[in-house]
Amino acid sequence: MIKRNVLIAGNKTYHDITNDICQPIETLPGKGWFAYLAIAKTILLTWIICLVMIVGVGLGLLGLSHPVGWGTDITTFVFWIGIGHAGTLISAILFLFRQKWRTGINRAAEAMTIFAVMTAGLYPLLHVGRPWFAFWLLPYPNQRGPLWVNFNSPLVWDVFAVSTYATVSLVFWYVGMVPDLASVRDRAKNKIRKIVYGALSLGWTGTNRNWQHYEAAYLVLAGLSTPLVLSVHSIVSFDFAVALLPGWHTTIFPPYFVAGAIFSGFGMVVTLMVLVREGFPQMKDYITVDHLEVMNKIIMTTGMMVGYAYASEFFIAWYSGNDYERYIFLNRALGPYAWAYWIMVSCNVIIPQLFWFRKIRRSILVMFIISIFVNIGMWFERFVIIVTSLHRDFLPSSWGMYDFTVYDFFFVFGSFGFFLTLFLLFLRTIPMVAMAEVKPCLSVGREGGHHG
Amino acid sequence: MAKPVGGLLGVWSSEDKLLEVAKKVKAEGFQKFDTITPFPVHGMDEAIGLKRSKIPIVTFFACIMGTLTGFGFQTYVFVYDWPMNIGGKPHFSLPAFVPIIFELTVLFGALITVGTMFAWNGLPNFTRVSPHARLSDDKFGLFIPENDHGYDVTKIDQLFQSLGAEEVVRVAEF
Repeated sequence: MIKRNVLIAGNKTYHDITNDICQPIETLPGKGWFAYLAIAKTILLTWIICLVMIVGVGLGLLGLSHPVGWGTDITTFVFWIGIGHAGTLISAILFLFRQKWRTGINRAAEAMTIFAVMTAGLYPLLHVGRPWFAFWLLPYPNQRGPLWVNFNSPLVWDVFAVSTYATVSLVFWYVGMVPDLASVRDRAKNKIRKIVYGALSLGWTGTNRNWQHYEAAYLVLAGLSTPLVLSVHSIVSFDFAVALLPGWHTTIFPPYFVAGAIFSGFGMVVTLMVLVREGFPQMKDYITVDHLEVMNKIIMTTGMMVGYAYASEFFIAWYSGNDYERYIFLNRALGPYAWAYWIMVSCNVIIPQLFWFRKIRRSILVMFIISIFVNIGMWFERFVIIVTSLHRDFLPSSWGMYDFTVYDFFFVFGSFGFFLTLFLLFLRTIPMVAMAEVKPCLSVGREGGHHG
Repeated sequence: MAKPVGGLLGVWSSEDKLLEVAKKVKAEGFQKFDTITPFPVHGMDEAIGLKRSKIPIVTFFACIMGTLTGFGFQTYVFVYDWPMNIGGKPHFSLPAFVPIIFELTVLFGALITVGTMFAWNGLPNFTRVSPHARLSDDKFGLFIPENDHGYDVTKIDQLFQSLGAEEVVRVAEF
């Protein structure tokens, strides 16, 4: 029989696990953390300035113009929503599949989901041009008739999908966190900490009668989140696929977008987990190289699915015999945006192929670099889909280019500051590994372990 | 949630041991006892004699409520309240309603499930204090309340000791 590798390295006891995971909350951060925070906050500041100017002056600061009316804002929206999907995949789908390696990373991955969706949510609100009227997107009884929203429009489906996704992910994350917050409360020697975590843990004590309902609810939430996560990116892809535009109007979009979302999300999880392991050396026992290797395998698999989708789009463009469809794809690969297309292909399809080699899958430095490439590639994928399909309209008189401005740059780049600031604060305030889920896996792979 | 009661708490340091203890305590005829553990212990429901949680049934009806809300609301708006001609499509266009129906099904299901779970667990409850600080860390406790059938401090104390309890604590209120 093949022996299972241990899920938690270092021969820990339950008490060691609690100590290791609570340590970042209970001690003052070191210089390293403050250095990261200072960088993240500076980037966040550039974002805030950029957003204030965009709201104050108008969307014209971005490169948005005829014929490209969807630019970096929608690109970055889809990018961040996609990032979020890996967190739900880890917390819900792998839970249903009883993949115990998920326990080391699920809390941080779900945090990533929440922060990514928070970041993403701002883009469509700003894209409407007058964000102070963004509530018009919701169907509420109003004095204009009431005039309702158009339920046949994918953009309205998107409002429902993204807000449901944000709500359910947040609830799922919080429910998973309650027992761990109670652990922090019970250990707290500091009075303020006791009050704050006492309030957050809602008075959880961990009686079996409570665990019974808790486990049932957690399982049900995982069951609800699984189709939810698939539906959200499918609906995001409907924003494009339902339009009658060559390059967007393809039935392959929903599965292709979901695969791409998981791909980019796992890229971001690997980036963050490598940094967490560097910043908190005790986490190397919980987020082991084995865990990272499994994620790298998922990155490679989904990367190939995305590559298949690219190829299949080209095949269908040729096979359909539709001139406009053919032209848009030739224009993508050979036209003025060929550079973006080939960045996308190399980052998403070619570079992840390195993960065929076990040495590379297990090398922290190499996987970190590849995961950054994956993130870059996936941003360009959305850019290619949106901009190349729009920039050459049906009449050559309405051809144009997307005029990428300095505001576009900070609009995109600055969002990383927001995301990273939230993530850094999370690492110091909430147990970053789900203690109550990790502890039952302690015996996996050990001599005499019976849970294996 | 039940009013706080006093009782006796035994503390052990492995979940397997606690499972044995729970079975013994059950065999002694106690019914209202409960275990307090840092994580859910497999097989404890059977050992204590609890039936399966009814949470999934609540979820089922909550989801149906979401489905009906999504379907009913969109139909009401588009067919009765303010019919709009959008590209000549029928007012009652069911396929286009599906995404929102689905999202509301999930939303209702998730929120009502979690709300019910907290309500049935008596949470939030900010006055209840865990009887032992390590029970959310690495210790496993079994608590027998005073109002349980056949409660007798000395007898239970002896029972806990004979089962190898590391600590036996008299709890004033839990």
